[in-house]
This record gives sequence, structure tokens and C-alpha cells, in this order.
Amino acid sequence: MDIDLITNVLYAMVRTGTPLLIVALGELICEKSGVLNLGQEGMMLMGAVVGFIVTLTTGSLMLGFVLAMVAGVLMSLIFGVITMELSANQVATGLALTIFGTGLSAFIGAGYVGKPIEGLDPIYIPVLTDLPIIGRMLFGQDLLVYLSFVLFAGVYWFINHSRPGLILKAVGENPHSANAIGLPVFKTRYLAIMFGGAMAGLAGGYLSLAYTPLWVENMSAGRGWIALALVVFASWKAERVLLGAWLFGLASILHLVFQGMGFAVSPNLLAILPYLATVVVLVILSSNQSRSRLVAPMSLGKPFHAKS
Amino acid sequence: MSNHPTPPRLSLRGITKQYPGCLANDDIHLDIAAAEIHALLGENGAGKSTLMKVIYGLVKPDHGEVLWDGLPLDVKDPAHARKMGIGMVFQHFSLFDTLTVTENIALALGDDAGDLTSLANKIRSVSEKYGMAINPEREIHTLSVGERQRVEIVRCLVQDIRLLILDEPTSVLTPQEVETLFVTLRQLASEGCSILFISHKLNEVKALCHRATVLRGGRVSGACIPAQEDTISMAKMMVGDDTPVSTTYPKVLGSEPVLTIKDLSLHSDDPFGVHLKNLNLTVNAGEIVGIAGVAGNGQEELLASLSGETLSPAGTISFRDTQVATLTPEKRRAMGLGFVPEERLGRGAVPEMSLTENALLTGFLTGIVNKGMVAWKKTEAFADQIISDYKVKTAGRHAQADSLSGGNLQKFIIGREILQNPKILIAAHPTWGVDIGAATAIHKALIKLRDQGAAILVVSEDIDELFLISDRIGAICDGQLSPLKPTPESSIEELGRMMAGDFSTTPAHAQSSQAEHS
Repeated sequence: MDIDLITNVLYAMVRTGTPLLIVALGELICEKSGVLNLGQEGMMLMGAVVGFIVTLTTGSLMLGFVLAMVAGVLMSLIFGVITMELSANQVATGLALTIFGTGLSAFIGAGYVGKPIEGLDPIYIPVLTDLPIIGRMLFGQDLLVYLSFVLFAGVYWFINHSRPGLILKAVGENPHSANAIGLPVFKTRYLAIMFGGAMAGLAGGYLSLAYTPLWVENMSAGRGWIALALVVFASWKAERVLLGAWLFGLASILHLVFQGMGFAVSPNLLAILPYLATVVVLVILSSNQSRSRLVAPMSLGKPFHAKS
Repeated sequence: MSNHPTPPRLSLRGITKQYPGCLANDDIHLDIAAAEIHALLGENGAGKSTLMKVIYGLVKPDHGEVLWDGLPLDVKDPAHARKMGIGMVFQHFSLFDTLTVTENIALALGDDAGDLTSLANKIRSVSEKYGMAINPEREIHTLSVGERQRVEIVRCLVQDIRLLILDEPTSVLTPQEVETLFVTLRQLASEGCSILFISHKLNEVKALCHRATVLRGGRVSGACIPAQEDTISMAKMMVGDDTPVSTTYPKVLGSEPVLTIKDLSLHSDDPFGVHLKNLNLTVNAGEIVGIAGVAGNGQEELLASLSGETLSPAGTISFRDTQVATLTPEKRRAMGLGFVPEERLGRGAVPEMSLTENALLTGFLTGIVNKGMVAWKKTEAFADQIISDYKVKTAGRHAQADSLSGGNLQKFIIGREILQNPKILIAAHPTWGVDIGAATAIHKALIKLRDQGAAILVVSEDIDELFLISDRIGAICDGQLSPLKPTPESSIEELGRMMAGDFSTTPAHAQSSQAEHS
């Protein structure tokens, strides 16, 4: 395997992993608060279509990304109100949100399919970008990729070293105890849900504004689901989310590698690899009940009613 | 009449709180002075919990006011209460299992927590000062129940505390641990901290508290100085004059073995669970066997393996001559097993279902299901019978199980099992949360069932109850079962040692036990 190929594979791995990383970091925070939001896919698609339309109309990428996040937050608030105020089942509500977002984004974006925009370009830093192997991977990416690094560092620090992060974990662990000692359970969960929405929207915007700068119906192609699996795969640890996102990114570009090495493997067959990896990881994790109980937030998916 | 003394540290004036269908607190007055240990006595449902939630800012009263050092105080929330120097130790601990002791305490302290390292040092010094050693680095799920309570108490003590509220703190402790706790509380009071000790255990109140306020049915029914009262007179204040407060039951020895556990070892899949280690136990027809133990020492696992929720290795459990270790709960029930689980909602009853439907759940073998069809009339009659026989306070058989208070639901579940005349009855905490009158009724029903020849196993944390009704008694600790002794030959001290894991039947200081083992 030649150096160029490795360089390109590493570059593509990070690039492909970026939307997964962003959305999974959002879901990680959300689940740490005890809320399981299966609406990632729907929120991503709304982010993608809103970001695309805004950028196409105004010409501003910046505005596109911001409004993509706003769209994600608004979507997540629908989920928040239904599950928190009305105590609806989180799984059913999340699924409904995905279906809703998929349909609504297709509807809104119907007139924009295939229109071209100027996407977000990779950065070129003299010397560094030209370094062999890691040059393009670490120094030749677009801004959003670097933002995802920052987001990762922020989430990691937040969960492991900040007081609000401790509150977040406590609320996800046992909301009744948290309430009893006076921690703001509802506020914490709402903020976590909204952060999840913002990250999904941003990841969606990344797809339609940077990764493949165009709008296609259902363009997130299951990344929201992979992100959900990714959080489980990472056993709710930020550093493993980063690792997992890049691994999954690598899995989805493996056909390029094989082509480069001269193997003729059907790209369709290789495209199932991330999904297959997800299934395998889920099976391994759930095979050991006690381990999964210690790592998962204890109240995950359970609604909380404050008793008066 | 004293001439303007210092105002009491805490003073409640006419606290009233109405819940739908229940007046929880009715014009309650209460004063606690500095350095005083004050008991709040009352049965479950008397309004103790509501009152302490009012003090701690979890519940807003409809009327009345709280005076703190003589000044009106509107406690907004628990954070506000803590800021004022009010700390609370809950009956059900408000701790987070996967976080460390330090992190747990930091959470409750709010922004005053400071950095975790100096907080850990503070925890260490405070816990040593009050004789409650804890390692701040441990995660909560690795601690025993007694240690968890220490964490709760230390959590209050690392702040400037002026009033400590303890809700039924001794219910999870061995008698020896209770003594240690009392030493700590006396030390705290001597330093000027006021203590509100909520309990229904009269002996403990007598031993510890300077003054007591008694609640009954949401009202103050009396106040006294416990040291000058006997337990009977205080019990009368708690339950009223018309309820008998002390009874004893004849002890009997059973006849032939009915329930036999032989070399039962069971590995728990739950990371917070306890592994059962080589249990042996026989319950004879016509006797009640009582198993004491501090919560979380394997009771849950033992009960699950007896009910059939967890299947056990073949040959370890038998009913009479039939091996049942690998049989499912339904088959065991068909053989005459009655089971009262620890968890009332979710295990003993389905919260969202009506009492009639809940009666059907285990009563299906009593002829109320015919060829797969439910005989609703018979089921309703069965539910009505339980409600009237066991004086269950409810809107009727159509009421949802979760609309009942804990004690009333307990009566319903016990009644449902006993009325089916089981040959074997396994009951966890049969009178937990039930008032004295109803507890007596349940005890009598158990004794009657025993006298009819049923084999009864009672698992409870209430030692007084076990001594009252058991014919033979033992303890479970860390998944191991102590030898059983006829109740009259045992003592609270000996049982306490067994609950702590010391199974030697001779007193601990006797040297011979070493030789016997080897």
C-alpha cells in the first residue's frame, strides 16, 4: 500500500467520521441525563435541509450552520415537551420524531434537490498539510472537522471535570435522588435534549454544506442510527465516542481502500460494514448484563415525574 | 412562664397541608430548641413525612408558618433549607450508585463544594471526628447500607448544620450499628445541633430523645418527655386508645419439613447483587421461621429463588418431596406456594391495574379462571373479601393499585396471599409501612395460618416483629444464612451479631468456637 493511499484513507476516515462524532457527542450528553432520544435521524435531516436552503438563499455558510442548529434544537424541543411535560414514552416519541423529520425535510426540500452550492472547503496550511500520512488527516480538513475536535474536548472536560457535568450524571443516574437533594432535574434534561438537538442539526448541516454540498432526500442515510449505536459502543465515554466515530468512518470508506489495493469487492457489500459492526457491538454489550448496567446511565429512557 | 427566653431554633405554627382526599397535616405545632433531640413519633400515614418535607422545602404548606430562630422562614427548596443549616437524611437514600462519596457530597453542597480534593479531606476529618469512618474515594455501590447512611449524615455535617432531620434512620441498621449512630447523634446535639428524629420505634425514642411530639391522623395527638413515659403510654398516643398495642403469641415447634433448601448457591448477575452461598434451611409445617438481616444482604436473591423468579440448580429446593428448584413461579404456586414480595408496586401488584385485576394476578388458581375465561363476578367478590377482611382503605375494588398508600396496598397483597390458604407462605417485610392496628391483624392472620399447618418463612428487617411472630429465627448476611435457633433461646444481641456476619452460636468472647471449627 503506498503512502498516498494511506494519507487519503486517514483523511477520509476523519472526514467521514465527523458527522457521526458530532451527532454522537450530542446524544451522549442527552443520554447521560437519562433521556434516550431516537430522533437523531429526523433532527439531522431537518438540520441538513434548513442549512442548505438558508445557505442557498443567503449565500452565507455561517448562517446556514447556525440555522441548522436552530432547526435541530426546535425539533428536540418537540421531543422534550412531549416526553418531559406529558411524560410520553421516550422510545416511541423519538421514533415519531425521526419519521416526522424525515417527512418534513423531504417536503421542505422538494424544490431544492440537486441545486448546487459552494460548500465548505478544506483548509490548506503550508508545510503541515503536505506532511506525509497525517498531513491531510490532521491539517487539511475543513473548519467543521476542527470544530468537532473542539466539541469533543469540551464534552470530555464537561463530563469528567465540571460540576454541571457531575449534575448531569447524577440526574441520569437517579433523578429522584437528584430532585430530593435539590438538583434541577427538568432543567438539566431540557438542556441536555437541546444540546443533542443542536449537535444533530449541526451534523446535518455538515452533510449538506460540507461533506456533499447538495440536498438529497434522506441524505443522512442512517447516520443518526449509527450515532445511537456509537454511544452504546462507546459505553457512554466521550473518548471512546471519538475513537468509535473514526472507526465507523473508516468502515464506511473501506471500499476505497480495497479498490486502491486492487481487490474487487462490491461497494454495496462493504457499505453494510458499519451497520454490521453496530449489530456485533450491541450483541457483545448486551451479552453481559452486569457490565451494561454499570456503564449505562441508570435511569436511561425512564420518564421522571416530580412528586409533590 | 419564662420571661422571653431564646426563641426555639425551629418552630412550626399551624402547619396544614391538604392532599386530594387526605388531610396530611392539620394545624401542627412543634418547637425544637437548640441542642435538643426531638422525636417525631407516629405511624405510617400519620403525616410525619409530609411535615418533614415542609421543613425541608420539598412541600409547600397550605397554611401555617415556619419560624427559624424566631423569624418567619419560607423555605423555597432543599437548597435553601441547606443554606439555612437544615440537613436531612432520607429513609430511601438520595445517593448516586456510580459516583464516589466525594462526588455525591459535592452534588448536594452546590457551589460551596469547592474543589474535590479539599472536600475529600474535609469528609475524612468530619467522618473521623464523629466516629463514622468512610473512604471518600469509594463508589456508592460498593458500600454497605449502613455505610451509605453514614455518607448521608456526613453530607449534612460537612456544612454548618443547625438542624438535622433523620427519617426512620435505624430501619436499615443492625442493633449494634444503631448504638453507634446514637453515640454520634448525642455528640452532635452536645455541640448545639438540633435533631429531629422521626421514628415509630418507641424503645429507640426512649433511649435517645429529650422530647417527643406524637402525630396521629395528621394532627398532634400528644407531646411528652420519652424518658418519663413507658412505651405502652407512648404507643397509646400513636394509635389511640382503642387499638391493642401489645400481644404475644405462643411459640410452637413445627412437625414435618415442608420447605427445604439444600446447599443452595447462586451467582447473581446483577453488579449490585449478592451471591447466595451454600444456604441450608428447613421450614416445617405449622411454624414460622424468621430471617433477619440488613437490606441488601441476599434477601432479594433468596426470595427470588424461592418464588421461582430465579431458577436454581436442580435439587436445591423442595416442597415436601417434590423438587421445585427448576420450576417456574406458576407451577410452584399451583403446589400451594403463596408469596409476598418486598416490592409492592411492580412485583406484588401492577400499579396501573385495578385491585380486582390485581386480585386475579395470583388468585387465578382459586377457581376464578375457568377454561381460560375469567369469572369476573367471583374475582370481584374475592377482591371485596380481601378489602373487607384486611380493612384496606381504598375507594373500592376498581381503584388502581398505585392509588393506595403503601400500608394499605401491603394489607391487600398480604390478604390476597393468605386468603388463598397457601401451604407454604413466603413473606418479605409483611408489615412494612403498615400501622400498628393493621400489623397486629396481619400477625394474627399469619399465626392462624401457621396453626392451620402452613409452613411460613418471614424475611424482615424489623427485629421486634421477628421475635414476636417467629418460632425459629436466624439471620442472613452477605448471602450466607446463620444457623436457626428457637426464638425463645435467641436474643436481640445474638441476632444482631448474626446480622453482622458473626454466626458463632456461643458468645463471641468464648474461645472454644475456634477449636470447634478446626
